[in-house]
Amino acid sequence: MSSTGVRVEFPAGEAPPPPPKASLLRRSLLPLSFLGPALLLLGVWVIYPMVATMYRSLFNDRGTEFVWFDNYELIFTEERLQTALKNNALWVLIVPAAVTAVGLIFAVLTERIVWSTAFKISVFMPLAISLFAVGVIWRIMYQQDPDRGAVNAGIAAIKGEFGSEGVLSQASPSTDDLEGSIAQGFEQKQAVQPGDEALLGLTAIRVPEIPEDAVQAVQPEPLQGGITGVVWRDFTPGGRGTEGEVDRGELGIPGATVELRDSSGDTVDDAKTEPDGTFAFEDVEDGEYRVAVASTTFAAPFKGVNWLGEDLITPSIMFAFIWVNAGFAMVITAAGLASIPRDTLEAARTDGASEWQVFRRITIPLLAPVLTVVFVTQIIGVLKLFDLILSIAPGSTQDDAATLAFVQWQVSFSGQNRFGLGSAIATFILILFIPFLIVNIRRFRADTT
Amino acid sequence: MATVDTTVETPVDPDTRLSARILRVLGRTPIHIVLVLIAIFWLIPTTGLFITSLLTPSDAAQGGWWTFVTKPSTWTLENYANMFDNEGITHALWVTVLVTIGATIVPILVAALAAYALAWIEFPGRDWLFLLVVGLLLVPIQMALIPIFRLYNNLNLFDTVPGLILFHSAFALPFAIFLLRNFFVGIPRDLMEAARIDGASEWRLFFKVVLPLGLPAIASLAILQVLFVWNDLLVGLVLAQQNQPIAPAIAGQLRQFGSNLDVLAPASFFSAIIPLTIFALFQRYFVQGLLAGSVK
Repeated sequence: MSSTGVRVEFPAGEAPPPPPKASLLRRSLLPLSFLGPALLLLGVWVIYPMVATMYRSLFNDRGTEFVWFDNYELIFTEERLQTALKNNALWVLIVPAAVTAVGLIFAVLTERIVWSTAFKISVFMPLAISLFAVGVIWRIMYQQDPDRGAVNAGIAAIKGEFGSEGVLSQASPSTDDLEGSIAQGFEQKQAVQPGDEALLGLTAIRVPEIPEDAVQAVQPEPLQGGITGVVWRDFTPGGRGTEGEVDRGELGIPGATVELRDSSGDTVDDAKTEPDGTFAFEDVEDGEYRVAVASTTFAAPFKGVNWLGEDLITPSIMFAFIWVNAGFAMVITAAGLASIPRDTLEAARTDGASEWQVFRRITIPLLAPVLTVVFVTQIIGVLKLFDLILSIAPGSTQDDAATLAFVQWQVSFSGQNRFGLGSAIATFILILFIPFLIVNIRRFRADTT
Repeated sequence: MATVDTTVETPVDPDTRLSARILRVLGRTPIHIVLVLIAIFWLIPTTGLFITSLLTPSDAAQGGWWTFVTKPSTWTLENYANMFDNEGITHALWVTVLVTIGATIVPILVAALAAYALAWIEFPGRDWLFLLVVGLLLVPIQMALIPIFRLYNNLNLFDTVPGLILFHSAFALPFAIFLLRNFFVGIPRDLMEAARIDGASEWRLFFKVVLPLGLPAIASLAILQVLFVWNDLLVGLVLAQQNQPIAPAIAGQLRQFGSNLDVLAPASFFSAIIPLTIFALFQRYFVQGLLAGSVK
């Protein structure tokens, strides 16, 4: 209590006196009592293991023999690590730039939009979900069967829209009148002339593939100066029909592409069949022709892209990663955009600069520090990437998708117990971080001085 | 004359203003459409997980989840009911809750103490200590896994909730100390001096002045840490076995992906509900924390 009285007596504006000598012990104890718990946790759980891992990385996997840098050599020679190094390089080259660019685009697009908050929440939300759940989400999206995986379903829908998909996947001629294969199409052996009819019977058609709008096939009517015909399923359930003739109960094949080829084999016209299988070429010049069911009729149905196969697994995981992190980049960039002085932009606009010039010459340079922060954050995230590999890549392509952090876990903890190699990989990742560490420390020093 | 002119023109005709606004909105329609499409595109995958989690295995085998979006009658909470009957999953969820609570409170308290000392108590080597903390920001978790795995086996901390809490806490410290110290430094010096002159001890200052003033920063930190710990896969996978949190616990199920979607989907979606709720409620703090911490 007396000390309070003493202090009150000091003239205003003067610094408090140096504490009495008796409190020297207290003076060093005080910071320690505040810092103690943190130092203990950092010492035991971060600093000690860090040193131990570096030391351990110089020993063989069982820890019995000092092997110098042999484990580090393995990083560059063992096959799965070479894949991981290659993958990590691809990740660093592609993903941070992509995330930064997408974030910038989103931030600029939403800048003056009233409902930008709703948009930002939609894009930002994946960041709150665990990367493991993100993995499950994309495993569902990437399923190969277009009836189950939404990505392939989307592709199938687009393909269907542009009509590149065939009607049937397989068929064969019902009589000897036709020759060829599904790759070349089936062509008549006997030539026809205007006024003739062409009967193009097919069998060996898979029942589920028969188009839903197919109706009873119709014998075509001859057409003056034209060639008519029918493409139909020349097969009567029960088997009472005559091959090569249109019988009751036989369905036309709608949507088949029929080509009219002249005597030299060139296609001069084409047509699509009606629901009853009929087609017609009108105003055909005199001459000899052959009619063919074109090969495009038999384009194989879309079986689905194998997104999780060895060729596409890394791009597929990259896409999921961008889906997660674009929101982060967008929010940080948007904050940077908001801090750009309006006056600067307006001044440039009144000077007659176009929007693109303003963006390119003023916005981007002013945003550069923010974009750098986003970019560097993503590089660090990519170098540590583990969860998404484990959760998206199926066992069969895990090794194709592996990153350094993933192999570190794999060799150390998935039953292999290769602690020497695991320690070396961990240290290697730390070494990759050193440039960013130096930048961080420099920036901190610049901040404090 | 000039004054008359201006007085005539100043009241803005509401019609022209409205039409000008409509024109402006129309001019930006393509951007709005593009943004709506992007937002939908971004929401589709999560919607897919949600719908899948509501389908019975036999329905899910019928076709893609999108065919059920328009048939809410096929949706059922059966998978979720089964999930809560599955002791493995409920136990994992409980472990996740405990670890998350512990690994959020411990590092924030410890970091706040240290940050206070680094910001407001003079002692030799203070700047060097802070530099060390900045340096430790970038140490990857991989650097600690092998030694801690062995240490835990000797100390009987392997596969325990305290073991997971301590590990997460330690690795959260550098960032937490960094963020809080920078926030505490910004507290006005006059305020601190006044309290000291009034005879408040450092502890009193810490609890009565600094902590309450630091609440916004602490809130941001807490949100980020809850999400980080709740969503962790690697630490739980390596340092626990029977007492794994939810992400590593269901990671094993991924091997049979496809046949077990009725287990995987609800567990994944349910495990995402907590972080999504926290994100929705405290979005502002979340974003602030990210902004402050974009050095990490």
